[in-house]
Amino acid sequence: MADDNTKYGWPAADQRTLIGKRISRVDGPEKVSGRAKYTYDVHRPGMLYGKVIRSPHAHAKVVSVDTSAAEKMPGVKGVYIIQDKGSEIHWAGDDVVVVAAIDEPTAADAARAIKVEYEPLPFFVDDFSEPKNVAESTGPLTQRDVGQMINDDVPDDQLLATVQKRGLAFKVSPELAKRLKDNEVSDEVIKALQAAPVKEPQPNNSPYKKETEQVKGDPDAGFKEAEVVSEGIYGCPVITHCCLESHGSIAEWTDNDHLFSHISTQNVSGLAGQYAQALKIPESNVHVHQDHIGGGFGSKFGIDRWGAYTAQVSKKAGGKPVRVMLERDAELEVAGCRPSAFAKVKVGAKKDGTLTAWRSESWGTGGPGGGGAPPMPYVVNIPNQRKQHTAIATNIGPARAWRAPNHPQGCLITMSAIEDCAARIGMDPLDLMLKNIALTAPPEDTYHRADTYRDELMIAADLIGWKKNWHPRGQSSGTTKRGLGLAIHTWGGRGHESNCALTIYPTGSVEIQMGTQDLGVGTRTAILIVAGDTLGLQLNQIELKIGDNQYPKSGGSGGSTTIGGVSSSTRRAAIDAREQLFAKVASALNAKPEDLEAVGGSIRVKSAPSHSLSWKDACARLGTQPIQALGKNPGPGDLISSGVGGAVMADVSVDTETGVVKMNKMVCVQDCGLVVSLKTAESQVYGAMIMSIATTLYEEKIMDKNLGTMLNPNMDFYRLAGIGDVGELVVHMMTGKGYDERGPIGLGEPPTVGPMAAIGNAVANAIGVRVPFLPITPDRVVNALNPKGGNNATV
Amino acid sequence: MDDLPEKPDKSDKPEKSKPSSSSAGVSRRDFLKISGVSAAVPLVSHVSALALEDNPKVQGPGKVPVSLNVNGKKLNAQLEPRVTLLDALRDQFELTGAKRVCDRGTCGACTVLMDGKAVYACSVLAIDAQSAQITTVEGLGEPGHLHPIQQAFIDNDAQQCGFCTPGFVVATKAFLDQHPNPTPEQIKHGLGGNFCRCGTYAGMRAAVMQAAKTKGA
Repeated sequence: MADDNTKYGWPAADQRTLIGKRISRVDGPEKVSGRAKYTYDVHRPGMLYGKVIRSPHAHAKVVSVDTSAAEKMPGVKGVYIIQDKGSEIHWAGDDVVVVAAIDEPTAADAARAIKVEYEPLPFFVDDFSEPKNVAESTGPLTQRDVGQMINDDVPDDQLLATVQKRGLAFKVSPELAKRLKDNEVSDEVIKALQAAPVKEPQPNNSPYKKETEQVKGDPDAGFKEAEVVSEGIYGCPVITHCCLESHGSIAEWTDNDHLFSHISTQNVSGLAGQYAQALKIPESNVHVHQDHIGGGFGSKFGIDRWGAYTAQVSKKAGGKPVRVMLERDAELEVAGCRPSAFAKVKVGAKKDGTLTAWRSESWGTGGPGGGGAPPMPYVVNIPNQRKQHTAIATNIGPARAWRAPNHPQGCLITMSAIEDCAARIGMDPLDLMLKNIALTAPPEDTYHRADTYRDELMIAADLIGWKKNWHPRGQSSGTTKRGLGLAIHTWGGRGHESNCALTIYPTGSVEIQMGTQDLGVGTRTAILIVAGDTLGLQLNQIELKIGDNQYPKSGGSGGSTTIGGVSSSTRRAAIDAREQLFAKVASALNAKPEDLEAVGGSIRVKSAPSHSLSWKDACARLGTQPIQALGKNPGPGDLISSGVGGAVMADVSVDTETGVVKMNKMVCVQDCGLVVSLKTAESQVYGAMIMSIATTLYEEKIMDKNLGTMLNPNMDFYRLAGIGDVGELVVHMMTGKGYDERGPIGLGEPPTVGPMAAIGNAVANAIGVRVPFLPITPDRVVNALNPKGGNNATV
Repeated sequence: MDDLPEKPDKSDKPEKSKPSSSSAGVSRRDFLKISGVSAAVPLVSHVSALALEDNPKVQGPGKVPVSLNVNGKKLNAQLEPRVTLLDALRDQFELTGAKRVCDRGTCGACTVLMDGKAVYACSVLAIDAQSAQITTVEGLGEPGHLHPIQQAFIDNDAQQCGFCTPGFVVATKAFLDQHPNPTPEQIKHGLGGNFCRCGTYAGMRAAVMQAAKTKGA
């Protein structure tokens, strides 16, 4: 291992030519000039246009479908019934029929000619009201229940007792057992799960599913020990991903059983298997391609129902290419949903700020499946805890992963409750956080996480002027009040499986093929930086091919796993290729291969740099045989790790007459191990903060309780942040000793976690009271300030 | 009082009665005025400058010949009158820089220039755009010969997924034509008609300032 680390390890700081430098993204020119082709922009020869008929009901049975009139219309080339008579619809906007026609107007006319009758059924879309008098579920545990307990680090003895008491609704397959083991679940627990009785799930007509209460330490003693107990209610609603490029694909059959799909996806290498399953064709018959993607944020890992039916209607149309891109309303209704989370929380502390106890009763929805509890208390592991979550099954629409699944919700609830507790004690929340910083060390602390948080908080405090600008709650004068708030956050982010095929040709050209994708986070740029740094070349000397499942497989871009995966597979491929090149040219330089280095477009002798060959001349010595190297992750050498910390501070002004919140400034101090591509890494953090401003102040999937439909499926009323809404933004990346040696760690999730809580805390600090629920809209601010007056129905 | 919000620059407010000379043309109100019948006749008929004639010619309902001047080239197609300028550009002429995102005049991803003025192409009918000189993002520059605004977007990493970027680049062009030396406050208002989901506004603010300086040099 030590040898592998020496061979493949990252270059020392003074040896890096590209890694960690501020380099413009390589696909910038294509994008700014409108030449970058996204799935939505692809026009295949003879392409047809799809239009989908969607259910207007939140819950219904399909009674009849009549497509006869549409099928006779000129220009209509295919009609496919997605959910025929007898199907049960579980959310409004669900797909029922798709038509393919020669152009969009014709498809729209045909869609209008299709008649679908429904039998409406009772529906439920209220995730906001606190569930009252709900009995704890006693039926067998589902796989999701068990997964939730494992994610929540429920102590083994407690988990085993619950499994014994309730049994399981599923059998633990060998694959699942392996997955559990990979997730560091103990053998004892895996054995117990395998041995547990499998029972029939109990029918449960209530939308509420109250999970088993979880206890850590001695919560009663913890509250007894407390000198101050703070109580509050907090939460955030369901939001949508609102990718600017909607979900969708262009599917065509190149022959009777070969599919070619251009699809907007975060998972280029992972979709063929999904198509194969849905269409009953071999996986190897599916070709998936994507050059650019207009946003995913966790919502584009699958082919989705629409991916399958686009292929089906193409088949009906004789295999011709059919494009189905979701229209904006459908995109917001059915293609992205972050679960809501609400909680009543009690926090106990001593007067010096020492946190002693946590109690939470939480609820929320992840759609028809109910969803799970966010991790609470988040990061700050208060020694004594009692918590219970109620999942609510609703007809709001299915949940999907949304950057840092469950973390922003857990962080919001926890950091809000801690800030309220600090205010009750009369303590600066920064001081309280520092006082309890030891509680932030994870169970297996590989790199002094608590110290990282402390350092980050101090840097953030300096950057936002905390000592100068922070005042105790509500002490800002005038009608416009200013306040500061903070939060800390974490994420894992170990690299996924990745394969990188690197070829050096005798002409000197270099090509990389990898079945990955660039979500706009700079993956292309990062791969080229690693390869260029290793081979002593500039980025434009290497041709990079990604976005196709005919290239070597690389993981889906989710959970901040891409940079770890692609950087390490590329490093290994480039090191192996470089070694082969050194072996070929060593004799020409009168040196041993191990005495050579690749720097500045040449191969030279380390001890005598004037003994060198240009890259082109060196490659010419390969004769006719190119060098090919396949780098893998996981692979030899310890190149990546997992687990980061970040700190966020926000500065807001709140107009107490209108209730409008204005962002003055926000600071994010973030660790992500070794930064590969500094410029795009910073952009990702800026982006996370800006996205979170929208989430905190504007975004909500508003459901009509009487109709069960979404009231704001458009971008007028599903509001994103504009350029004038974001205030000053500061990003500080933790780099250098203590960070670089950990190798690259993913960055997509962590900075999206803390900002919501930091802004919410800043608002509470400004106006002196907590606005319990996001989004912090003007009416909610005004209601929080005037709890007894006016229209207070929404809080 | 350093904690009070800044007052918006009054001179930057849209001018109500002169659509042809108003500011960036990307605010909702401006947009409605210039988009004429295609968007909102009842709301803006009294100020509509482009489309209301005494005896408007009836077009359609079938396909009609449409001729557009795009990036200095004449482009011809047979289109139904209900086809928007955006869909014509994208689906007929493969000019896919302008994106279809909200498809109702909110997000600005489809922004193009009509006679130098920024409009939402999703809310202009192709048949209504025939008399105008249309410039799309492709017409501003191409890799190797980028417009200074495009270069500024790259230098300041004012893009991530890039789906909103063409709209912002074109909106910036129209904005800087009207405000060659913009203040940060003017940028907020001038580019307030476009949305980005990835969150690239920090880079965009810097890009607009850089582009303004480059042009002046």
